[in-house]
Amino acid sequence: MPALTLTLSESDRAMLAGDQGEAAAMSMRVMTRAAAVMDAPHLIDVTSAHIDGCLYHGQTSLDFVERLVQGAGRVRVPTTLNVGSIDLMHPELFRGSDNLRSAGRQLMEAHLALGCEASFTCAPYQLKRRPRLGEQIAWAESNAIVFANSVLGARTNRYGDFIDLCAAITGRAPYAGLHVDENRYAQVVIELPQLTGLDRDLAFALIGLVVGARAGSRIPVLVGLPGDASEDELKALGAASASTGAVAMFHAVGVTPEAPTLSAALGGRSALQHVRITLSDLKDARRRLNRAEAGERVAAVSVGTPHFSPTEFDRLDALLALHADDLQSAFYVNTSRFVLWQLQQDGRLQRLQARGIRIVTDTCTYITPIIEQLEGVVMTNSGKMAYYAPSNIGVRLAFGGLAECVRSAVEGRVVLDE
Amino acid sequence: MSELLPGRTVESGTASGLPLRLAAPLSFWGGFDAENGLVIEQGHPDQGVSLQGRLLLMERAKGSSSSSSVLAEALRHGTGPCAMVMREADLIIALGAIVARELYGVVMPIVVVDADVWQQLCTVEGRLLVTALDDGSAWLSLPGPQVAL
Repeated sequence: MPALTLTLSESDRAMLAGDQGEAAAMSMRVMTRAAAVMDAPHLIDVTSAHIDGCLYHGQTSLDFVERLVQGAGRVRVPTTLNVGSIDLMHPELFRGSDNLRSAGRQLMEAHLALGCEASFTCAPYQLKRRPRLGEQIAWAESNAIVFANSVLGARTNRYGDFIDLCAAITGRAPYAGLHVDENRYAQVVIELPQLTGLDRDLAFALIGLVVGARAGSRIPVLVGLPGDASEDELKALGAASASTGAVAMFHAVGVTPEAPTLSAALGGRSALQHVRITLSDLKDARRRLNRAEAGERVAAVSVGTPHFSPTEFDRLDALLALHADDLQSAFYVNTSRFVLWQLQQDGRLQRLQARGIRIVTDTCTYITPIIEQLEGVVMTNSGKMAYYAPSNIGVRLAFGGLAECVRSAVEGRVVLDE
Repeated sequence: MSELLPGRTVESGTASGLPLRLAAPLSFWGGFDAENGLVIEQGHPDQGVSLQGRLLLMERAKGSSSSSSVLAEALRHGTGPCAMVMREADLIIALGAIVARELYGVVMPIVVVDADVWQQLCTVEGRLLVTALDDGSAWLSLPGPQVAL
C-alpha cells in the first residue's frame, strides 16, 4: 500500500481516528487504501453518491453493510440506491429462492438504515435532483457513471461495490481519474455513419455496443451523432458502451457538454486513434446479439434496461395505441418508483396496465428471476440487456427496436424489420 | 531463482503458494464460483481450474465492479487465491482484498511487478513466497533456507 504519497486533511485524519464513530473510521480506512491504489495525492469532497451494493452477491454484501449499521453509520451526502434483488413494491413478482428473497430484502433495508434514499434505480439521473456540470460525485453502476460523466458533465470514476458506500459515508473520494480535468479529454475519435433504415432507439444501442468494443477503457469522442439526440437515446448508447467495453465517459461533438467542438473534446491534443464505424458494423452488432429467427414464439418482451423514463413510456403508449389487439406475449417494463409514481399521477399507469403491461420497479428483469416463462425467446430493445441476459438469466434473446418489440408482443412472434 | 524479485505493494501481507498463471484476464463476477473456488467463465482458457490457495498470476483485471464482492466472498469461504501478482494495479480486485481484511481478518496480499519480473515468475516451478509491506515495498522469493527473512 504505497500510502506515502496520500495527504489527508485534518478532518480525514480525525475520521480515520474514530472521531465520527466506527462506521466512518472503517469507511475512511477503505477509502484511504483505495486512494493509495489509485495513486491519488489527496481526497476531495463529493456532493452525491449512488450505491450499487444492494444487489445480493453473497454473505459478504450483507456483512459489510451491517457492520456499517452497527457502527452507527450515516451517509454524509445525498445518496441514491441502485436496483436490488427484489421488487419491494411488487414482491409477488419474485421467482427466486426464499433465501435470496430474504437476504435481498435485508440488504436493501440495511442500506436504508444508513440514510440512503429508497430510489432503487439504475437511472438516478432520471430523479428530480441530479448533478450539474463540473460537480464532483461518487457514483457506481456502469450506465449511471457514463451518463453522469458524458451527458451531465458531472465527474465520477467507475466506482463499485464497497467504495461507493465508503464515499457516501465519508463524503470524500480519491482525487484521481475522471475527477481531474486533464483526464477527461477524448483519446479516440470515432466517426459514425448516417443512421438510415434503423429505428432510432435501436440505432443508439447499436452505436453503444460497437463504440464500447472499439474504445475499451479509453474515452471516445463521437463525430456524426445526430444533434437532436435525446437523453433516452444517449442513455441507451452509454449503457451499451459500458457493457461491451469499460467506457466511463464519451464525448459527442455538438451534443455532450464537454464537446462543443472536436478540438475541445480532445483538449487540443491529437487522438491516439481514429476509427470509422459503418452502417454494416451496426447491423452486424444486431445480428450477433439477436439469437432469434423471425416468426419464433416470444415468451416475453422486457424493456427498461436501464430503467424506462417518462418519455419512453410516452413512446410505448403511442406504439401500443397503433394496435387494438391484446398482447400475446408478457410485456415487462423496468422502471423506478419515482417514474411509476408519475405514471400513477397522470393516469398513464392504468392505461398501460389495461393493455397488459407489467411494471417492475426496484430491480431489473435481467439480473433477478422475474420473467415467468423462459421458454421461447425474450425480446428487448436494450443493448445492455441483450449483452448480459443470456448468461445472467439463461434466456435466448431477440433484439430489436421498441416498435419491433411492440409488434412482436401483439403477434406473439418475433417481428423484425429486416 | 535465488534472488528476491521486487514488486510494489497493492495490498500488504505475506503468503506462500503454488503459482497459477491465468492465460487470460478473469472477471470474478460471472466468471468465478466463490463457493467452490472454480473458474466458470464460459470459454475461458482456465475454465474449471481451482484458484483455492494458489498464488494467482493475473496480468490485468476485467469486467464488472461487482467482482470486488465475489472476490471478498471467496476469501470469506477460504476458496480464493492466497495472493495475487499483477502487471497493473486494479481497484476492483484490491477492494475485494481490502474488505475481506476489514470484515474477516483474511489477508490476501496483492503485488504489482514489472515486465521483467513477470517473465521470470512465469517460469518458476514450486512454491513462491510473497512479502508485501505497508511502506509499498514488496518481493517474491522461493521459500527456503537460502532466503533470510
